[in-house]
Amino acid sequence: MIHFVLLISRQGKVRLTKWYSPYSQKERTKVIRELSGVILTRGPKLCNFVDWRGFKVVYKRYASLYFCMCIDQDDNELEVLEIIHHFVEILDRYFGSVCELDLIFNFHKAYYILDELLLAGELQESSKKTIARLIAAQDSLVETAKEQASSISNIIAQATK
Amino acid sequence: MSGPSLMDSLFQRSLEDLIKGLRQQLIGEQAFISKSLEEIRKEIKSTDLSTKSTALLKLSYLSNLHFQDMSFAAFPALEVLSSPRFSHKKIAYHAISLSFHDSTPVLLLITNHLRKDLNSTNEFEVSLSLQCLSRIANVDLARDLTPEVFALLSSNKLYVRKRAVAVVLRVFEKYPDSVRVCFKRLVENLENSDPQVLSAVVGVFSELACKDARSYLPLAPEFYKILVDSKNNWISIKVLKIFSKLAPLEPRLAKRVVEPICDLMRDTGAKSLLFECIRTVVTSLSEYESAVRLAVGKVREFLEDEDPNLKYLGLQALRIVAEKHLWAVSENKEVVIKSLSDADPNIKVESLRLVMAMVSEHNVSEISRVLVNYAIKSDPVFCNEILGSILSTCSRNLYEIIVDFDWYVSLLGEMSRIPHCQMGDEIENQLIDIGLRVKDVRPELVRVARDLLIDPALLGNSFLHGVLSAAAWASGEYVEFSRNPLELMEALLQPRTSLLPPPIRAIYIQSAFKVLVFCLHTCFMRGKSIAPSASLDNLPAGVSASASYESFDDFSVENGADAAVVHGQTCASAPITKESIVNILNLVEFALGPLLGSHDVEVQERARNLLGFVDLTKPEILTSSIHGKRDSEGKRVETSKIIKLMHDAFSKELGPVSLSAQGKVSLPDGLVLKENLGDLEMVCGDIEPPSSNSFSFGSPFEEEKDGLSFSNLQIKEDNEQSNESTSLLAAHRKRHGLYYLSSGKSEMISNDYPPANDHMSQGDINDNADDLVKLTAESLIPKRKPKHGKPRPVVVKLDEVDEKPVAMKQPESRDDSLSGAVRDVLFGSEDIPPTSSQSNLSNSSKRKGKEKQHTYPHIESKESAAGDGNSSSRRRKDRSQGKERRRRSPRKNDEERKDADQKEKKKSSGRHKSRQRAEEPLKVPAQTPVIPDFLL
Repeated sequence: MIHFVLLISRQGKVRLTKWYSPYSQKERTKVIRELSGVILTRGPKLCNFVDWRGFKVVYKRYASLYFCMCIDQDDNELEVLEIIHHFVEILDRYFGSVCELDLIFNFHKAYYILDELLLAGELQESSKKTIARLIAAQDSLVETAKEQASSISNIIAQATK
Repeated sequence: MSGPSLMDSLFQRSLEDLIKGLRQQLIGEQAFISKSLEEIRKEIKSTDLSTKSTALLKLSYLSNLHFQDMSFAAFPALEVLSSPRFSHKKIAYHAISLSFHDSTPVLLLITNHLRKDLNSTNEFEVSLSLQCLSRIANVDLARDLTPEVFALLSSNKLYVRKRAVAVVLRVFEKYPDSVRVCFKRLVENLENSDPQVLSAVVGVFSELACKDARSYLPLAPEFYKILVDSKNNWISIKVLKIFSKLAPLEPRLAKRVVEPICDLMRDTGAKSLLFECIRTVVTSLSEYESAVRLAVGKVREFLEDEDPNLKYLGLQALRIVAEKHLWAVSENKEVVIKSLSDADPNIKVESLRLVMAMVSEHNVSEISRVLVNYAIKSDPVFCNEILGSILSTCSRNLYEIIVDFDWYVSLLGEMSRIPHCQMGDEIENQLIDIGLRVKDVRPELVRVARDLLIDPALLGNSFLHGVLSAAAWASGEYVEFSRNPLELMEALLQPRTSLLPPPIRAIYIQSAFKVLVFCLHTCFMRGKSIAPSASLDNLPAGVSASASYESFDDFSVENGADAAVVHGQTCASAPITKESIVNILNLVEFALGPLLGSHDVEVQERARNLLGFVDLTKPEILTSSIHGKRDSEGKRVETSKIIKLMHDAFSKELGPVSLSAQGKVSLPDGLVLKENLGDLEMVCGDIEPPSSNSFSFGSPFEEEKDGLSFSNLQIKEDNEQSNESTSLLAAHRKRHGLYYLSSGKSEMISNDYPPANDHMSQGDINDNADDLVKLTAESLIPKRKPKHGKPRPVVVKLDEVDEKPVAMKQPESRDDSLSGAVRDVLFGSEDIPPTSSQSNLSNSSKRKGKEKQHTYPHIESKESAAGDGNSSSRRRKDRSQGKERRRRSPRKNDEERKDADQKEKKKSSGRHKSRQRAEEPLKVPAQTPVIPDFLL
């Protein structure tokens, strides 16, 4: 299974973290510090796998972002690379040629997409189309709710409460 | 403090504002974050859910990416969760799965929220709730929500169903009893036609099979069908993973799946699937030669690929193959060797491991040479990686692959001179260990030690201090093999030794002491053998008793004449003369004088010992050398006595002592071992136990003298006491020889310890040697003929000590109870009466996966027979438990049960269950798992 997903920028800034195994806040910071030290220093054209504390970390760099996933020893590294690529493609489709800024300003949306893709550390949905459809459906649900909330009558109702 | 006003919520900073603010960094990141946190703390108290949820969202952002504590928002998050609006729920669930953990206090309050959403008609709400459950589930949540998850497992909405399937894994882990409820539905989903659901189910089973594969053997037909039918690579990979766990357990299954896997391997275009096939074959199907050949062929393609990923994985696969099929590595030797110089450190390490896997006693010297030469050229990290793996491979199993120890010792010396070498400690241990165990190598060891000691440059390298201390010890201990003890003496006392840390310096001084005594002894005895002297007869009885030492030490000399003969050859290059002795004595005084004031006790004491000895002997030697008068004869005898005594004390051989040696000594009458020594402890309370070292030097004499275990490399000697103590001890040994350990070297080597590989059969130099000739040629190294001319020297082995205790791995209790539960469901259910055998593979597709039980009617009958005695009371309790009939598997052993029991006790409702379990093990018969005949 996938234990966690990290997105780290080339400067070492964390852009997204998702933990499927229990890690305390302290451990999380430590893990990120350790791994960004290992991964960011690796040159290009090296293999995308790092042994780390008995686990394997599969990472791949897209533009300025490193996508890292931590898996068990007997998991399939190439499969995880495909999952990463899959995730990037979905992000790309959703944001329209995604860039780091998209992820910075829509950090929660990136999470929602990831949640559709992975659940409990396992791949949930391998179809890009389906995920796009699911996300769109949820977005529209959110939008209608937001419209209601921001309508002027709602504000007045609240003010006169 | 009142809540935020309307103005606050109208002008609340949104998440976007927060992020923008952070990026602008007008006031610095930390300041901005703490300011925002303050705002959030206020906003989160708002009664308006929109304000609250926005605050929560911002907080999750700060917590997630800036690692701010958000535990204070646990309760507000629950409040947001209760909002009817989907957008709020989404934010709340996100925050909760981010921040909640087992000890979050409000965790208890979330159960109902989750339940409500699990039952919602909106599939996205269900999904959110499942997602959250998968992350925060604890025992209580898993137990309380099992019915809901169970219902969702057969939901019409595939979207919900596949998510429920994935979450079931977490529920099982936390609450194994839920297996009894959900397992059947989970198995039913294996027949689902939707690839996503199937993928989820197979994923769950592959995780479950990792923990305890045996329980899932009965499901093999289903998995087999998926393997054959699946067109989806994601699913195939997971199924292969399951089979790699199952195949080793059941040979018939392995036979069955090997063909489909090979087909898959041939046909697939996806590298990930191909790699999974390869890995399955090499890990679990390695008996099938043709499959392995095919896999190795594919590995070769990987190795030759440009993609470093494939190369790395190919090397990894090769390493797994190497355990059973070394030919696979030799076939790909060129690539492996080439990979040693790859740009990627991971690939380098991997290929290094492979090279070490090829090492055997025939080629160890060639491979080591290649590697050492390579290490000199490579970067420090990899250099030490190489040295470490050479050291560990060569020392494996008491140096079993080393035939030529002379070569190995000189290799050790060479390795320690490599500039980046940081393996000093390991080399130190091995030098000493080999010195003790292998008698034949000592001359070479002393030579190597001398080369290390006389090089003043090495003293400056702190990584080498360990090696130097071993060298100093060896040259002191085995000084009789030294060509030139005087040179050694100078090396040990050279001024740069001040760079050494005190403990090692102390070893140097002690070794110098030994060398000095040896020199004096040689010189003195030779001189005496010329002079007509009967003084030997006049020695006190204690010293003549020392004749018994000689049986322990082949090299110790019986008298001066012998010494002259024995050392005539070793000391030929530099005969020890009176003048040189005097020079040495002066040198000692000069070098050690300042150390009398040393702050380190050890150094100070040893320096004092040595100087004391010099003081005793020097005047006599001086006078005799200058005058040579007869009147000093009396004194001279005394001096010779001292020297002889010291020499005897030092020439006593040390050998490795079995840790269990003490146990072999039978307890003499009248010795009370269990007497309360509390008083003693009070007295000695603050004496620290000696630092443990991997060797214990148990020379019975020293042990007797002060009862300390000699954990460092020094022998404590006291000039004044040695005289009488040696004689006393010798006498004691004579009387109580029974209680001394049989540490005699000659005895050890004789019959008790069968020599390992005493004779190397010459015919054994086979292909391997040829392979390595090629290997060496490739690496631009001058060829070296393997020197297998002489037989392998004896390596002293002690039976018990050298076998490493195998740590028993205790299986985790949670897994036990989980797999126990799974087995119960799979094997132990009686719901469906045993039907006629429909159990073969062709029929399996027609079956609904739930009736696994019918394949094992015999288990059923046995179990019910065994259960009859206690079943009535148990059943009643079962019924009062409600829900599901439960049946304990008779296969679980007591220990597992206890584990399960202890865990059960934690649960509030588990009380009588645990009692009920505890009484069971007595009544159920032991039964081995029966593997069903599903593959006929």
